[in-house]
Amino acid sequence: MSINRETTSDRVFGICCYVFATILMLIVLYPLWYIVICSVSDPYAVGAGKVWLWPVGFNVDGYARVFRDKNIMTGYGNTIFYTITGTLLNLTLTLTAAYALSKKTLPGRGIIMAFVMFTMYFSGGLIPMYLQIKNMHLLNTRIVMIILGAVSVYNLIISRTFFLGLPKELEEAAMIDGAGVTRTFIQIVLPLSKALIGVMVLYYGIGHWNSYFNAMIYISDESKMPLQLFLRRILILENMSEDMSGGIGDDETKFEAEKLKMLLKYAVIIVSSAPVLIIYPFLQKYFDKGVLLGSVKG
Amino acid sequence: MNRTSKAPAPPSGKKSSCLWKTIRSHKAYYFFLLPTIIYLAVFCYAPMYGIQIAFKNYNGMLGIWGSKWVGLRHFRDFFGGYFFKQIFGNTLILSLYSTAVGFPIPIFVALLLNEIRCAKYKKFVQTVLYAPHFISTVVMVGIIIMVLSPTSGLINYIIVALGGEAQYFMIHPSAFRHIYVWSGVWQGMGWSAIIYLAALSSVDPELHEAATIDGASRFQRICYINFPTIKPTIIILLIMSIGSLVGVGFEKTYLLQNDLNSETSEVISTFVYKRGLLNASYSFSTAVGLFNNIINVILLLIANGIARWAGETSLF
Repeated sequence: MSINRETTSDRVFGICCYVFATILMLIVLYPLWYIVICSVSDPYAVGAGKVWLWPVGFNVDGYARVFRDKNIMTGYGNTIFYTITGTLLNLTLTLTAAYALSKKTLPGRGIIMAFVMFTMYFSGGLIPMYLQIKNMHLLNTRIVMIILGAVSVYNLIISRTFFLGLPKELEEAAMIDGAGVTRTFIQIVLPLSKALIGVMVLYYGIGHWNSYFNAMIYISDESKMPLQLFLRRILILENMSEDMSGGIGDDETKFEAEKLKMLLKYAVIIVSSAPVLIIYPFLQKYFDKGVLLGSVKG
Repeated sequence: MNRTSKAPAPPSGKKSSCLWKTIRSHKAYYFFLLPTIIYLAVFCYAPMYGIQIAFKNYNGMLGIWGSKWVGLRHFRDFFGGYFFKQIFGNTLILSLYSTAVGFPIPIFVALLLNEIRCAKYKKFVQTVLYAPHFISTVVMVGIIIMVLSPTSGLINYIIVALGGEAQYFMIHPSAFRHIYVWSGVWQGMGWSAIIYLAALSSVDPELHEAATIDGASRFQRICYINFPTIKPTIIILLIMSIGSLVGVGFEKTYLLQNDLNSETSEVISTFVYKRGLLNASYSFSTAVGLFNNIINVILLLIANGIARWAGETSLF
């Protein structure tokens, strides 16, 4: 007698699940695919609505324009700089603090934890924060882009939960052998925490890469702006004004310029999102862990 | 300082010197904590000092402390203003609509993915569904605007191909909420399903075997085994979502907003930004922000209270 024997209705149900999951996947995938094929198609074909499944009139002019665009390249460089330095600062602060707070014998642990948690629920708000940055003369500096959000309390709690779950024996052995706290942390604890570090790099790194809010508020020099602000200009501000002016029956040159701009937009979306979209599948195995740690009571 | 009682107390007569010893022995850990504490003090606690301008008429020359007190005038202006009803209503409707649609769909996605038996295909579908989560808000809104564009958008090609008339969705106040919520579903349904998928992986396979022998169909097993397994997670997340009822995020709303759709798209956070930084009404804007923050805290306390009362794990 086999348990695995399925009834016909179960088999139909199973097939329905596959079909449905595939439809869902296509709903998510198609817009992304559409942007990819548009970015390498002839802008006239895109404008005429002829591009559906495969590129039409393959060319990489859009990408050539992106890489020749001075603003985009400045933004790209800035974003890489902010992402790397910012993430390093995030990791240093978050991991050390979380490790210290995972020590149950630490006097004042509860008070410090409350001090940290409180900031999750209550804040000064936008204007007092702005005035604080202004009073510290940090407006329009690169420092503000790196230092703001240096610690995310949510990530701190995830990290602390992770450290609490580490086996204590190795640490104790290292301490007995005379290693100090710092050495134990760097040589014993961190190598055991690859999964956590993976999740933290992903959360913080992508946060830096994708954020535009702080830059919009605190940065006014173009030379210091991150990529997302230039993207906003290209993808949203210009796009809206174009759509509002309407592309109806204008002269040829304007029409042509518009089509080329459209190509640039598709290409810039790909160029700006590609690094993140290429990296995340490799860190996917850590996602479950990260989310589970976050859901545990802090 | 009875926190130290958790540590194995050495049999010493003087309690205070004992505590001092423990602190000394943990010196390195305090150094670990120092940068974080300084950061929070400077960038989270120090700005709270500036909240007082909500009750003052802030003047840059006089500074935060020197500006004149005006009591609750800014709050009265806000509650009495013609815009109060509108932006408070918009905020509530938008977050209720988001929750009503965005909350159940990931549960459904997780239950569905759990039925995919081919591990490789399941992982592939998951990877695809996670992708939009990693797209930045700016790019996301850029895509929305492009796809909905009346002259060159995918959606309007389809409408025209089907014999309809091209629509400019971005400027219709009536379309804003649907655009906001459904693009959010597109972006978040895969990522939000992770937590349920993780919970589903803890289902005991023996339960399924037993149910199969008893003649339960696959659909019945989902309803009576899988769903009850993730029910506690669902309840906790649902209660937590109460806490963010009046907290519609700034980033996406602001980018999707324009003068023509602001009738439905103006929410508290965008209002605070526009009035505060663009119009330089510092005090008024701080008052609005403070009001919003206090409501959020109250809602969170209520949510936590319900969670405790329901016997599930509470947040704090």
